[in-house]
Amino acid sequence: MLAARPPPWLAPACCSSPSAGALPGLPRCPRAGGGPLSFRPPVCCSRWRFGPIKCAGGRGQALFLPRAAALRLPPLPGPHQRGGRRGGALPRGWAAPARRCRSGVAMAAAVIGRAAVGAGLRGARRCQTLGLLRRGCAGLAVDDTVNGLSEEQRQLRQTMTKFCQEHLAPKAQQIDQENEFKGMREFWKKLGELGVLGITAPVEYGGSALGYLDHVLVMEEISRASAAVGLSYGAHSNLCINQLVRNGNEAQKNKYLPKLISGEHIGALAMSEPNAGSDVVSMKLKADKKGDYFVLNGNKFWITNGPDADVLIVYAKTDINAVPPSRGITAFIVERGMPGFSTAQKLDKLGMRGSDTCELIFEDCKVPAENVLGTLSKGVYVLMSGLDLERLVLSGGPLGLMQAVLDHAVPYLHVREAFGQKIGHFQLMQGKMADMYTRLMACRQYVYNVAKACDRGHFNAKDCAGVILYSAECATQVALDGIQCLGGNGYINDYPMGRFLRDAKLYEIGAGTSEVRRLIIGRAFNATFK
Amino acid sequence: MAALRVLVGVKRVIDYAVKVRVAAGGGGVQTQGVKHSLNPFCEIALEEAVRLRERGAAAEVIAASVGTRACQETLRTALAVGADRGVLLEVGEGPAPGPREAAAALAGLVGRLRPDLVLLGKQAIDDDCNQTGQLLAAMLDWPQGTFASRVELEAGAARVQREVDGGLETLRLRLPAVLTADLRLNEPRYATLPNIMKAKKKPLEVMSASELGVPPSPPRLRVLKLEEPPGRQGGQRVENVAALLERLRNSGCI
Repeated sequence: MLAARPPPWLAPACCSSPSAGALPGLPRCPRAGGGPLSFRPPVCCSRWRFGPIKCAGGRGQALFLPRAAALRLPPLPGPHQRGGRRGGALPRGWAAPARRCRSGVAMAAAVIGRAAVGAGLRGARRCQTLGLLRRGCAGLAVDDTVNGLSEEQRQLRQTMTKFCQEHLAPKAQQIDQENEFKGMREFWKKLGELGVLGITAPVEYGGSALGYLDHVLVMEEISRASAAVGLSYGAHSNLCINQLVRNGNEAQKNKYLPKLISGEHIGALAMSEPNAGSDVVSMKLKADKKGDYFVLNGNKFWITNGPDADVLIVYAKTDINAVPPSRGITAFIVERGMPGFSTAQKLDKLGMRGSDTCELIFEDCKVPAENVLGTLSKGVYVLMSGLDLERLVLSGGPLGLMQAVLDHAVPYLHVREAFGQKIGHFQLMQGKMADMYTRLMACRQYVYNVAKACDRGHFNAKDCAGVILYSAECATQVALDGIQCLGGNGYINDYPMGRFLRDAKLYEIGAGTSEVRRLIIGRAFNATFK
Repeated sequence: MAALRVLVGVKRVIDYAVKVRVAAGGGGVQTQGVKHSLNPFCEIALEEAVRLRERGAAAEVIAASVGTRACQETLRTALAVGADRGVLLEVGEGPAPGPREAAAALAGLVGRLRPDLVLLGKQAIDDDCNQTGQLLAAMLDWPQGTFASRVELEAGAARVQREVDGGLETLRLRLPAVLTADLRLNEPRYATLPNIMKAKKKPLEVMSASELGVPPSPPRLRVLKLEEPPGRQGGQRVENVAALLERLRNSGCI
């Protein structure tokens, strides 16, 4: 069903022609009570030319949408382009309500588009324009034979691609613009049903007992649709759930894991403070033991999922005067609603908008002593080993971003024309495609192989830092190339290329800045030559 | 209610989202290196069968496919969605089996497995033939309920609501019967990760048509030529209805 207000990409900001509402002579929507198709049709802007996109509804009337929209998608192959049909003539079912002969593809798109449009009215189900529009946006095929994935991992990727492209990709732009993921809770429950929230958790708590490579694949596919939601997913499934799995005792796992894995609860992890980012060991959040409780005072900053989380793993200093300072850190499990715990303003970030980040405030927050995660004052081991795996799993984010850039840039290059041919045939553009693709594939092999090694029990801080160092920097570069490929169109927010760049930049900063990652690798070499 | 055995036919087709191109030579479309997946209508049929089993109306769901070895990945997806076992009726390389060949192979399989209900998708999105279900029912001499938008099982019979041109028609068919699924029958589920892992252990048999006693029949249709339709030409605006009518008359449309 067409929205009453045009989606942002239908009415680009560049156009100064103001008249909202229908142009005289344009068809009216056959479904929405004959209301006007509301978008701004400028005569000024040469970018706007109309191409028909047929409604899957029974009447088969053409709905005209601006060329800008059509440019982003390969031209919709009509029913007559599916092999074997009578060429040229409109198939019988297209013009008349003869359901039987309606093109299978249009129906298929309706099946797929159904999720995007929502249950809606009976009439709405038949006018699944959105489903048809998204049909061209499935993205490029990923060669999983080169990537060395097993049969099950390929199926996992297929399921996640399908799910994310249907349920998440259509909302990604809106999530970014509003800096909010409305419907996050429902989406989390759907992820829980798919079984992807507790990938590394044992089966008895509802997890899937699989490995880090599977986790990276899911992270990649979610990030391909929306990197912000991918980041929230990574924070929940790896930073929170995986830490509980690796360090929690039976009671803690039984209490917290099931709801986190089913998606009913959202998890987060808090180590950074306003004055302690890279120098995380200098954190000031204090935890004083008072009988059966620890009382926490201080604050945390930059906490992903902070505003929404029900369960948070918080690092605090139980011994402020420990020497070295790392010896005084303890990890705690904090629940939303514990007295003295509150969250402050949601941060207004450059990218990853929709992945809510905020400040946590602890004012005499009472945390039961049984919520100590791991051993008292040995929290730094929990922290550091967790960071290695965090870097590995979050490397899926840049991979997904790079894939998304390719998904959008490569088709565009084969639709946009200049100097009489598709610009994708020019050598400099071919070079760009080659650079983007090889960066993505090189990063993929590195990440997947390190993940496979971790699955075999071979953990290596040097490579865990290396994978995210390299893929994050490649992702920023690929996103820049992607914007360049789209030229002026890449510079406006109708197209997602800007969002990809803004989202990619975060991965050079979060989970240890690129500088810290380089230190880790350098020091690892130093240590072998002591 | 007796626990039934349901056979679901699934077809491996080019993914709905792929932009199809005519293959060099014009004899078909490019399939090399192109993403394939389970036909969406077969997914709906499979979902219905799995729901029947979950409701207790069916005991076993068997997914079957007629095609080359590559169809095994499609059957694995079907197992991940919820089928209990998979059967691949393997055909050699060469032109892909059409509806008639597929129906003949499935009829042979029905003779071997003896299901009480056969569920197929109403059509495949690559050829849009909408024939396999009907041909199969005729070959088996079983009742058929095509374009099903609702299926209810009663003792020894199926009550099927069909979407037809004039509206909705409800039929009561004695089992065994062949049903083909239409779009609004249900919303198929995703293959969840736990189910993908469980599917690894489910049996997937490969048999050839000759094992079933199905005589080899060469395809009776040959695609002579396949080409893309001419690109869309720009339209022209006319001033008023009179001019439009004149234009239509001049071009011989009316």
